[in-house]
Amino acid sequence: MTEAMLGGGSDPILPTPPSSPPRARRSAAGSSSTWSLIDRLGLAFAWSLGLLFCAITAAIVIFLAVQGIRFLRPYMLWTNPKVSDTQAGSGGFLDPMLGTFIVSAIAILIAGPVGVGVAVWLSEYARPAGLARAVESTIEMLAGAPTVALALFGVLLFEAPVLGFLSTTSHGVVYGYSFFAAGAILSLVALPYVVSSVREGLQAIPNHVREASYAVGKTKIATIRRVLLPAARPSVITGNMLGIGHVIGDTAIILLLLGDTQTFQGVGHVPLLGILRGTGSTLTSYIFDNAPTGALNQPNKAYAAAFVLLLIVLGLNVIVDVFGRRSKELRWS
Amino acid sequence: MELNRPPRVRRLSSAATVTARPPRTEAPTLVNGNGAGTVNGAGAMSSFVGARRPARPTVPTIDRMQVDQLSIAYESKLAVKSVSLPIRQGEVLALIGPSGCGKTTLLRSLNRLTELTKTASLTGSITLDGTDITTMEPTALRRRVTMVFQQPNPFPMSVFDNVAYVLRDQAKRRPRRDSLRPQVETALARAGLLDEVADNLDHPALRLSGGQQQRLCIARALAAQPEVLLLDEPCSALDPRSTAVIEDLVVKLREQVAIVIVTHNLQQASRVADHVGFMYLGELVEYASAAALFGSPKQQRTKDYVSGAFG
Repeated sequence: MTEAMLGGGSDPILPTPPSSPPRARRSAAGSSSTWSLIDRLGLAFAWSLGLLFCAITAAIVIFLAVQGIRFLRPYMLWTNPKVSDTQAGSGGFLDPMLGTFIVSAIAILIAGPVGVGVAVWLSEYARPAGLARAVESTIEMLAGAPTVALALFGVLLFEAPVLGFLSTTSHGVVYGYSFFAAGAILSLVALPYVVSSVREGLQAIPNHVREASYAVGKTKIATIRRVLLPAARPSVITGNMLGIGHVIGDTAIILLLLGDTQTFQGVGHVPLLGILRGTGSTLTSYIFDNAPTGALNQPNKAYAAAFVLLLIVLGLNVIVDVFGRRSKELRWS
Repeated sequence: MELNRPPRVRRLSSAATVTARPPRTEAPTLVNGNGAGTVNGAGAMSSFVGARRPARPTVPTIDRMQVDQLSIAYESKLAVKSVSLPIRQGEVLALIGPSGCGKTTLLRSLNRLTELTKTASLTGSITLDGTDITTMEPTALRRRVTMVFQQPNPFPMSVFDNVAYVLRDQAKRRPRRDSLRPQVETALARAGLLDEVADNLDHPALRLSGGQQQRLCIARALAAQPEVLLLDEPCSALDPRSTAVIEDLVVKLREQVAIVIVTHNLQQASRVADHVGFMYLGELVEYASAAALFGSPKQQRTKDYVSGAFG
């Protein structure tokens, strides 16, 4: 096309090959030799910082892996914690592990739908504009709030007698400890990640795709349900996984709202509901209690549990990565 | 740069008769030496594509839409100024003009997509089969006047579901797949895509080539059985060969549906259009048959534009 245009439409001019091809840049270092001193120092600084961060992360992972492999025994995965003076007698961490799954499930069951809803509203409706701004800054505040502050609020909330049916109650006193309470407040931790990820996913969809759906007579709501949300599915998954990752790692809310019984202490006689209303522990509170500085001081168990926790979070990150890549794979031009 | 020759470029070989065979099987012809010349730079490449267009029979026309004294403003800026023109089934209407002349705005107003822009306001009237379109439900209107966009934009689902989406009521999942199959296949066939996708209708639409994606978008637009099909520069993101396929398709489709095509490409307009509207700064400067508008434009501005003096 360019040739024909250059040739004024008569004779296309073939590009004459340059006498010698321009030399390919070998590396950043090769080209930086011409840079000023400040730039070169900056480059060196950036390089060393990058390496430093890699080294620190590698150190943490390697430390936990070595300690974990040293102390983790398969029986720990299916034995409950026992009170014991010796590390050999103190059992494993089955209940804390299940506890982690339970609170993440509760949290994401709340934060997932709510977060997707908020993100859709922010991205596709956002009227009136003032309310949209308010919602946006609320989400930002939530993302920045220390979880211990959220936990305190949760204690206040779930100690209310009206909500007593959700938690441990004894002689008319509502303690506010339960998987329900912890999961509900933890959903606030996950919510900002879901919202921002889904919103980003929706905003990455070009406007002409929405219009293409309107242009065949579809309503806005049909477009959202059948076109936009399916298109943003990788972002929905990513947001939920990121949210779970942060829920799993949180300790403050667990300590204040789940209580510190190492095993499940159910309430009432309904099987699953009893556990959800009762107290227990998660891997984070288990590690907190068993750390060398913790109340129970069983460091071997703490290392083993920390290793398991790390593996779970790394696994989630891999999922996030896979779906992040997939969302970039199929796109409109 | 002159354009004295008839704009309907002659066919290269007598074998290229009307609609008989798919154009992509023809050997590509090279730019140079066929004297097809250029109208302006942008048309240079595609001129050879036009050289392959088969001659077309004339088709009886039916009046579908009538645009009357239509003006559209964004806030206080007039984008379309008092435009009147007819849109007929059986012919292709091309809207040409430099960027920002209001041709896309005019096109979008025909199925009320302009209403999605909050600041747009509209005076004058547009009728579809005699009914003022402002009295219709927008969703009902947009099923009768469907649109294909500049960028191919299949939905992120299978080829089948892209078309089935249009056939289902709003967000419903019913009717089921099997009962929609004939309609989906008909739409794909009308868009000339069925042969290429028939063996795998579950193929993700976004994995098709650009030209196939655009034909899928046309199939999607046709699935609603519209009376009018709007095409907003449908080939500007495509390679010359896909462009040729779509142009042939457009010419073929005009028998069943009124077609309005917005294009920057004068060659394309001359290849596909029966009537051409030249727009400039929101005005419809000239509306005439393609032969008249390209062969002997009446207005000086049209003459300048089609000869490449500006634009």
